[in-house]
Amino acid sequence: MSSRILALVSILALACGDSRPAGDASPATRSGSVDLTGAGATFPYPLYSKWFSDYAAATNVRINYQSIGSGGGIRQLSEGTVDFGATDGPMTDDELAKAKGGAIMHFPTVLGAVAIAYNLPELSGELRLSGPVIAQIFLGAIKKWNDPRIAAHNPGVTLPARDVLVIHRSDGSGTTYVFSDYLTAISPEWAGGPGRGKDVAWPTGLGGKGNEGVAGQIKQIPGAIGYVELAYANQNDLPVASVLNVAGQFVAPSIEAVTAAAAGVAAQLPANTDYRISIVNSPGAGAYPISSFTWLLLYRQQADSVKARKLVDFLRWALTEGEKQAAALDYAPLPPAIADKLLQRLDSIQATSAGG
Amino acid sequence: MGDAIASSGTSGGFARGRRVASLAGAAPGDRVYRVVITAFALMIPALLLLIAVAIGVAAWPALSAAGLSFITSSEWNVQAGKFGAAPAIYGTLVSSFIALVLATPLALGVAIFLSEIAPKWLRQPVAFLVDLLAAIPSVVYGLWGIFFLVPMLRDHVVPFFRDTLHLGNTPLFSGPAYGPSMLAAGVILAIMALPYISAVTREVLIAVPRSQRDAALALGATKWEMIWDAVIPYARSGIIGGVILGLGRALGETMAVTMVIGNRPEISASLLAPGYTMASLIANEFTEATSDLHLSALMAVGAVLFVITLIVNGMARWLVWRVASGPKS
Repeated sequence: MSSRILALVSILALACGDSRPAGDASPATRSGSVDLTGAGATFPYPLYSKWFSDYAAATNVRINYQSIGSGGGIRQLSEGTVDFGATDGPMTDDELAKAKGGAIMHFPTVLGAVAIAYNLPELSGELRLSGPVIAQIFLGAIKKWNDPRIAAHNPGVTLPARDVLVIHRSDGSGTTYVFSDYLTAISPEWAGGPGRGKDVAWPTGLGGKGNEGVAGQIKQIPGAIGYVELAYANQNDLPVASVLNVAGQFVAPSIEAVTAAAAGVAAQLPANTDYRISIVNSPGAGAYPISSFTWLLLYRQQADSVKARKLVDFLRWALTEGEKQAAALDYAPLPPAIADKLLQRLDSIQATSAGG
Repeated sequence: MGDAIASSGTSGGFARGRRVASLAGAAPGDRVYRVVITAFALMIPALLLLIAVAIGVAAWPALSAAGLSFITSSEWNVQAGKFGAAPAIYGTLVSSFIALVLATPLALGVAIFLSEIAPKWLRQPVAFLVDLLAAIPSVVYGLWGIFFLVPMLRDHVVPFFRDTLHLGNTPLFSGPAYGPSMLAAGVILAIMALPYISAVTREVLIAVPRSQRDAALALGATKWEMIWDAVIPYARSGIIGGVILGLGRALGETMAVTMVIGNRPEISASLLAPGYTMASLIANEFTEATSDLHLSALMAVGAVLFVITLIVNGMARWLVWRVASGPKS
């Protein structure tokens, strides 16, 4: 008798238990010691957590950050339950319009890139790919590794007749956003099909959860190709492809090549940009084309002047001292030209009341 | 079943009579106790209702926008705002079904061995190890699946079915075998469901009265006939309860399945093709879902999973009731 009741309860628990985000607990539970709370992107979390702990040691200002994903960060900031958000893909106009606290500003903090990782036991040297070829592979149009379209970029390399197997992210992810943003920019067929987003209707392939899920499947299946964060590829020594950029160079993903991509875009930035900008397919020399900013989000009009000052002070520190730590953790720092402009932009943050 | 055994003792009727009398006497402590216990008991259905209402309300925008196509369409395209959960529903049902088909005979075997056949000194250690399977975190099962089970299935089991048994031309084993597949998900779910089924079954078999066995043996039954014709039928409803508990585990399991099923929203007859489950879909997309419709669609998937588990559980209750009230063989 009791086993069936137990069954009912456990079925319900299993059915419902996993649909909640892990970070739903109120950030204010330890408000006695926490000065600022934030939530959002998981991609920059390793760097942000180092920033927050270093900043707390230097200034005694404590920041609690929950890496619950960009979507959760945007939702929580829009509801006003956190002081700042963080996202890997810029907020859409619709999302900005729904924010309860007024205008939200995007501040790029560091850069990330998406590396094309593959498993070809036969290949020891460099694999070169162009945007259109990558798009054809992920659209399912290129089915064999010795396809002439791949071979054209790899003269002198003997490519095996293996089947191509696409591995993509199954979970919603900023990495997918950046990668699909690139494919959308470079391939009309992709733009008219799956398009750009954190979750994409993939025409082919298998889904892996997280960078580790994608990398794990690539390692297990000869002939597989997929995309992972640059930092993840670096730390795990995955073979990655060099990608043709606008300047006509095949560039392997690296921190320098990513910063170069941002520098290439920085030169063309209009004075009044809101920094919701894509830097994929950057025109800069030596630029790696599948690169992106990651952003902190805050309200232009701050309700609490004490918190506003703490936020601005922290961002000033992050954009100067913080940037120096980025490369050690495999994040590309902002080009100085952009960091300088952002420091000036901090002055436009206002506080409405003298709170406390 | 436990009730039946307890009340068959001679003192049972007397004890029950005394308890009723003391309640009628209504000592204040007893009244408080009764109110508190009743409140606790009612909290469970209330919680169930709250969950159903909360999910239903959140799921409504997506369900009303998609209509019936939510459960019939295979197109899950967040960018286009089209949400069809059919592949995930199919994947949840099929992977759980595979799990039960594989786990039930195994679990029954384990339970029968432990309760009827194994020497006494072996029972506790083996039972402990089987129960331990239930304590392994599902992410660990998932890792084991990626690095051991999936390659093993792909390189050894699938070639056996295709080449040795010549099943390569049947729909079930057609298509390319990459590794991550409905089969891998079913196998890993079977391993995860097994300890639940076997633990319940073992307890139920142990609870079968000694007289049931003695009577069968006295009639000249062999040990096999005694187990199959006297013990198992007696324990049938409890065994079904154990199987349903295992099914519940399989339907709701998220992490391990996500790691081995390939996460491809497509319906394929082949067991070797990748698939998707409802729980995986929710876990994959919830954290980065920003649009209201997308969130609502994920809630709707949760609602469908909820309804399916209720239906399955209802069917199980009905089955147990039929078995329990039917003629005993």
